[in-house]
Amino acid sequence: MTDREKESTFAIGIDLGTTHCALAYVDRDLSEGEDVALHLHRIPQTVSPGETEKLPLLPSFVYLPHARELAAGATALPWNPTPAWVVGEIARRLGAGSPQRLVASAKSWLSHGAVDRTGPILPTTAPEDVQRISPVDASVRYLEHLREAWNAANSGEPLADQEVVLTVPASFDPAARELTAEAARRAGFANLTLLEEPQAALYSWIEATHGAWRERLSVGDVILVVDVGGGTTDLSLIAVLEEEGILALHRIAVGDHILLGGDNMDLALAFVVKSKIEANGERLDDWQVEALRHACRAAKEALLSGEVETAPIVVASRGSKLVGKSLRSELTAEEVSRVLLDGFFPEVDVEAKPHARARTALTQVGLPYAQDPAITRHLAAFLTRQLAATADLEGFEVSKGRFLHPTALLFNGGVLKAPAIAERVRSVLDGWLVADGAKPVQVLEDADLDGAVARGAAYYAFARSGGGVRIRGGMAQAFYVGVEVAMMAVPGMEPPVHALCVAPFGLDEGSALEAVPQQLGLVVGEPVRFRFFSSSVRRDDPVGTVLERWSPDELSELGAIEANLPASNGDIGGVVPVHLRARVTELGTLVLEALPEAGGEPYRVELDVRTS
Amino acid sequence: MVRATVDDPSFFHRLWLANVAFWRAIASPEFAAQVRDWPSGLALPAEASAPEAPASEAPEPTRTLPPEPTPPVARANEDAALQLLALFQREGRLVDFLEEEVAGFSDEDIGAAARVVHTGCRRALREHFELLPVRSESEGDAITLGADFDASAIRLTGNVVGDAPFRGTLQHRGWRAEKVTLPKLSAEHDARVIAAAEVEL
Repeated sequence: MTDREKESTFAIGIDLGTTHCALAYVDRDLSEGEDVALHLHRIPQTVSPGETEKLPLLPSFVYLPHARELAAGATALPWNPTPAWVVGEIARRLGAGSPQRLVASAKSWLSHGAVDRTGPILPTTAPEDVQRISPVDASVRYLEHLREAWNAANSGEPLADQEVVLTVPASFDPAARELTAEAARRAGFANLTLLEEPQAALYSWIEATHGAWRERLSVGDVILVVDVGGGTTDLSLIAVLEEEGILALHRIAVGDHILLGGDNMDLALAFVVKSKIEANGERLDDWQVEALRHACRAAKEALLSGEVETAPIVVASRGSKLVGKSLRSELTAEEVSRVLLDGFFPEVDVEAKPHARARTALTQVGLPYAQDPAITRHLAAFLTRQLAATADLEGFEVSKGRFLHPTALLFNGGVLKAPAIAERVRSVLDGWLVADGAKPVQVLEDADLDGAVARGAAYYAFARSGGGVRIRGGMAQAFYVGVEVAMMAVPGMEPPVHALCVAPFGLDEGSALEAVPQQLGLVVGEPVRFRFFSSSVRRDDPVGTVLERWSPDELSELGAIEANLPASNGDIGGVVPVHLRARVTELGTLVLEALPEAGGEPYRVELDVRTS
Repeated sequence: MVRATVDDPSFFHRLWLANVAFWRAIASPEFAAQVRDWPSGLALPAEASAPEAPASEAPEPTRTLPPEPTPPVARANEDAALQLLALFQREGRLVDFLEEEVAGFSDEDIGAAARVVHTGCRRALREHFELLPVRSESEGDAITLGADFDASAIRLTGNVVGDAPFRGTLQHRGWRAEKVTLPKLSAEHDARVIAAAEVEL
């Protein structure tokens, strides 16, 4: 434990979500052992012009108002009468009327390697006069709001003095993690660690059992965390091992970044109703579609629970005449079941593959949404690909089935609050398991799926310095740089690329790693770009492994990385031989360094390269 | 019960907690204020709690309202009433609904509009008020009221004669606001605008 951690009165967890942020805290003084004083911090925010209120979540939206749009004091916050930014519930509401001024889903853009993530690109549809902001800027705004809200409520204990754990999707690539950390630094966070969201969800469950988790889990268990949030779906596998006589948790695999979540589902329902309304010759504008989405979200709960067969949907008129001018339709249980359960969670075979996405041009402007909306197919592909994930672990039988067999299932994310959806995921998974001759899964219940990630993060911040259980696992991928093979130039043909392993699977914080033996030549004073790849299945490649060919399943390409050797290190234009070396920072981010062979200071390889 | 043993701290843990809480309360005015407000569970409305800024040497950072010297009571009530009206209008279009002539419309049309009002106003009501029945018995139950019953919370009707105990039938359970949390208004906010006019460009 460092001195700094001893001083921190609170351990804080922040869920920086695609659609909502949450902040939870543990009061260390009031916590001992399994009795943890863990709370969600309600976040004051402007909810409507001139009105502020404390809400459990901060909607992750920034609104960029026109200079004449809002009256003086309309966005005043308790700690700042004239905030420079419009963030939270009011941003979401104003954006419903003027979507072209609304920054939404910044987090999804943060993990989108094909755009300039630190450049002013959001909102993509903004008119000329709007000063656009970058995905990193948007994240800074949310985190600043959380910091100021905390500081206003705890004037003697500023957030910068507390130990903070910030969560990221398990599927975030190294550049997205680094950018998240950068946003936190810019927002004034000092004592920071990153944690993967599915791990945070598991910590939340562990905390809620008050120590009884040790009876619920045993060596050989594999926990599948299915996290379906507002904008993304995140999958992780965590194995239960025994180390020195006590249970230990090891995160053994994470899934791909799937841009698919509850918002897609509400929108899908809204379009079902929209087409019914428009069949009667009515037209709906953006504002009404947004109202329809909210109405569908509310109706969905009742319909999925089987309480009613049909739910009326009314879209209020925009004018002050409500009666007779409102649009009326209905949503049936059959439609909800067809659109949500069969559309997003179909009963598929474990050998089903998600419909492949063709490689898109790097110039695309939109987000790379998942092409296949079937989450169960993504799950099947993940478990099939990770068949060998436990092969090297002690106490695990080598799976003879077609996919890796989870023994426990933990849900996270607002979508899975609907019992019918959670039940569908469980029954599909159990169907695969039983067909493979394995036992059905044990479901680990967590009561608060909205706050679980923030709560789990706060618990982790508290427990890790007090010797509590820790999920280990390091990086969930191995990383490779693309090296061009020297060959005779053939017009119109790209030279073949080999993949050189620079960071092995499971690289952990503090592991001392030798540099890659292969030598690379860098031009002084000139940025040199490399293609960059990751693999979530090649677990045994040591540093320096060279792959001459690979299947698309094995390696996926990330955004390019860039080495820029400053001119002070040698003559401009000269070639300096270097070796690459990877390490994981205390924060949880990956750092790639180039070590000049002649000795001297290592320098950093940029993981986020501006696409110009 | 397992739950009780898990949730209730041991004697020594309690002793330790008491010690920690004692020193924290002395050191931190915010913590002391939390302890003070905690047992009642009654959060005061924003306007009422504003004058109770902790008497610490640091300037209270959480407020934008300048402390008005002895705010006139009537004005404060009016703002709260306007704010509530604005809330029900925003969430459930209540003012639109009540201001509209409904005599010429079918029950079906009125029903559709009533759903908008009901869904939205109910959400607003539940978010900002914690309402509990005054009496927990079922309506229609026979109940007996002792001499110490609270006449402001229970109204006697019908054949009201004689002395307590009074025996009767519960006709309406009553409602009591256990907790009210209205949004805070900024100093410049004009509460008289219940709904801003909307102009689409």
